[in-house]
Amino acid sequence: MTPMTLNGTPITVDAAPTELLVNVLRDDLGKTGTHIGCDTSQCGACNVLMNGEPVKSCTILLAQAEGAAITTVEGLAEGGKLHPMQAAFKEEHGLQCGFCTPGMIIAGIGIAERHGAGVDDATIAHELEGNLCRCTGYVNIVKAIRKGAADMGAGA
Amino acid sequence: MKFGVGQSPKRLEDERLITGAGRFTDDYQPDGCTFGVTVRSPYAHARILGIDVSEARAMPGVLAVYTADDIADYGRIPCLVPLSGPVKAERPLLTGDKVRFVGDGVAFVVAETREQARFAAEAVNVDYEEIEAVHSIDRALENDAARVWEEAESNKLFDWQVGDSQAADEAFANAAHVTTLRLVQNRVAPTSMEVRSAVGQWDAAGADGKGAFLFHTGSQGVANMRPHLAKTIMKVEPEQMRIVTGDVGGGFGMKSFCYPEYGLVLHAARALGRPVKWTGERGDAFQTDLHGRAMVTDAQLALDDKGMILGLKAETWSDLGGYQSQYGPAIQTFAGGRIIGGVYRIPAIHNVVHGVATNTAPTDAYRGAGRPEAAYIIERLMEAAARETGMDVIDIRRRNLLRPDELPHENGLGLNFDVGNYPALLNAAVKRADWAGFDVRRAEAEARGMRYGRGAAFYVEIAGGGSTEEFADVKIRGGKVHAAIGTQSNGQGHETAYAQVIAEKLGIDLEDVIIEQGDTDRLDVGNGTGGSRSMVWGGAAGLEAAADVIAKGRIFAAQDLGGEVDFDAGVYRARGTNETRGLMEIAAAHPGELDVRASYKPENPGPTYPNGCHIAEVELNPDTGILSVSKYTVVDDFGTLVNPMLVEGQVQGGVAQGLGQAVMEDVVYDENGQLLTGSFMDYGIPRADDMPLGMTFDTEPVPNPNNPLGAKGCGEAGTIGAMPSIMNALVDCLGGQHVDMPATPEKLWRLAQGLEMRQAAA
Repeated sequence: MTPMTLNGTPITVDAAPTELLVNVLRDDLGKTGTHIGCDTSQCGACNVLMNGEPVKSCTILLAQAEGAAITTVEGLAEGGKLHPMQAAFKEEHGLQCGFCTPGMIIAGIGIAERHGAGVDDATIAHELEGNLCRCTGYVNIVKAIRKGAADMGAGA
Repeated sequence: MKFGVGQSPKRLEDERLITGAGRFTDDYQPDGCTFGVTVRSPYAHARILGIDVSEARAMPGVLAVYTADDIADYGRIPCLVPLSGPVKAERPLLTGDKVRFVGDGVAFVVAETREQARFAAEAVNVDYEEIEAVHSIDRALENDAARVWEEAESNKLFDWQVGDSQAADEAFANAAHVTTLRLVQNRVAPTSMEVRSAVGQWDAAGADGKGAFLFHTGSQGVANMRPHLAKTIMKVEPEQMRIVTGDVGGGFGMKSFCYPEYGLVLHAARALGRPVKWTGERGDAFQTDLHGRAMVTDAQLALDDKGMILGLKAETWSDLGGYQSQYGPAIQTFAGGRIIGGVYRIPAIHNVVHGVATNTAPTDAYRGAGRPEAAYIIERLMEAAARETGMDVIDIRRRNLLRPDELPHENGLGLNFDVGNYPALLNAAVKRADWAGFDVRRAEAEARGMRYGRGAAFYVEIAGGGSTEEFADVKIRGGKVHAAIGTQSNGQGHETAYAQVIAEKLGIDLEDVIIEQGDTDRLDVGNGTGGSRSMVWGGAAGLEAAADVIAKGRIFAAQDLGGEVDFDAGVYRARGTNETRGLMEIAAAHPGELDVRASYKPENPGPTYPNGCHIAEVELNPDTGILSVSKYTVVDDFGTLVNPMLVEGQVQGGVAQGLGQAVMEDVVYDENGQLLTGSFMDYGIPRADDMPLGMTFDTEPVPNPNNPLGAKGCGEAGTIGAMPSIMNALVDCLGGQHVDMPATPEKLWRLAQGLEMRQAAA
């Protein structure tokens, strides 16, 4: 049994400690907002926050998540209010099919935390090297992260 | 909120997708679900001498291992194109005699867990006898090459032509200048971020005791998939199969079609009496998703001494892969082959296409499906011709583009360009791109040691082709209008755009229209999403349905109000008394009475012709071969835009895919037919910092007269314009040196340094 905190709630997970976190989240814990887009940790669709920092959950074993606070895309909104980064993706049309989106939003939160409210487009684009999108051409994803970072900074 | 056509409300589908509440196929896991894994051939071409599944069958959790013998009663995946030639080169669900590409399925393992199925798949022992792998078009056409289909006389499975060869010969005989190019259009992988997935279920008591399948997959239309999967493959009546598509993580053409696993999960579900899920890994996608492009063309353009085009000749070898896919043979022929001359005034065109079988993954429709390929050919020719004759690349286009007073124009290949103002659009793009300011930007880049170039592309697309009929079924329940339309969003935003069309017509709030797609139980007719057709025909069907609802409501309103009524902004108003009844009020008072099923089919069933101009400026570091697209301008004529925000998103994403093909993407098979690009470690798709984030999009609409919205379709256009404009810019950057796609940093570095090109591995 592996103890962790999932989206703010302490839980214990009954799964093999060698299981990948992404599979545990999807198959055992029903958090299907975390997606699998590749098998080589290139695409970032499986990003979650682990103790506040984005990680690719396809590269984390359940054992490594022992005692950690894991936040999936389902856990970002608080009290029915979207996280500013989620709201920014909608506002800036930063998603089309929506498959890469949870990972992009998590990555965006990480970028905002690292670079602050005034992060520029070039920095965002560079920092997104671990996230692939096939629909949007990234133009609006970068805009969304810029806006999300600004709104996070403003305490929105 | 009131939002109508031409406005950009935020998307209604976003809320679930940004909160993790989207439901993609793999998210659906019914109780008792089992898991399937396909055992794939590691050889490109081999005879199967035997398959031993005994070890796999005995492994923990294994429920079944199927081979070709077990599924011999099912049909093959049909090729729907009347170009099959002497051989029906269709793909079976599993192959039992020989494998024709790396990834061809030979067995299907079902187990209690994914892991158990994976382990057992490793334990299936297949005895292969290797045959020479026909790894390329060139090798396929050599006399001593092995034959992918032994029943055929050669690996060339068909020849197709269109146009007038004699007229073209005469035009070339009279030419003052002939431009000749050999162009490679690299094989690309569609690479939807969501890998294909399928869940099969069987209800023995369903369909009045005949038994019924429930099938979940990410499709591009459930109603149009069903006849093939039900009747042709599974040999059941369509009523015995319900197909459900939830959220789809990108399709790009590839998810239109049936795949072997779709039949296999259904077979296994019926045989085992349990739900069976198959979800591909990224490696499955690279090996077995239907690839795009894969062709070589010899193209020639004949000009007179004033730069006016006299004739165009092209001969293309199209790589079909190991099997003829559903529309595979149609892509370079019926889909793209007739638009090879663009919207230029070309008196004589002759276009020949050869379909070639190779030991590679089958090819089919990929974003644009033949039309990007055609635009690439003519637009590379135009700039090469301009360069060779000392003309300006815009001026040569301006002279040869059809003028509005020349429309409608039959292009000699069976297409009738109806409306557009191509010269005005070209001028708008040139202005928007600050064509005149190029020299300053180049000088600035060159001062930093960079090479700087620009290129353009004027494209036309055949959109909304194929089936021009579409259906809409509207039910009003609980104060909401539920509208089912027979297309399928793969991310385009149908739930918002269709809702705008219907809400505006009905005069109600956008949020009160709920668009429903992806369930044959809800709507069992429809022609799916593809060929940029959804808004053109699906939007028109939605409009028809809304008009029918209003007409039905009018009868009740007239009864209630006693006499003639007028309808405006959601309200019926009696002519005499000014008394009113709201449409939704009437719907609530007469439950179900306003339900309608409508269809739309244009009077003149034919495609639309979106067109546009892309202008790219690129900067190349000659010391590293690293390229950046520094300025990118798009001006399109998509007719009426329903939601400009969504349209611009389509263009941006399309440009990314065109850029990817132009400078990085390449599916590579080595001389043994081994796939060298089987993961994101080896196959590059654009990342955020590859994109021109400041790209601009403008529109110069000339509404399409053939549908009530005036829409022309926009889904594929970005890709079509991007490949030629970026490659033309690169050629310009390299002082006119030829370069093929993908123009990788190594190639560009060699060209910039004046070095020999390295021979390709294949």
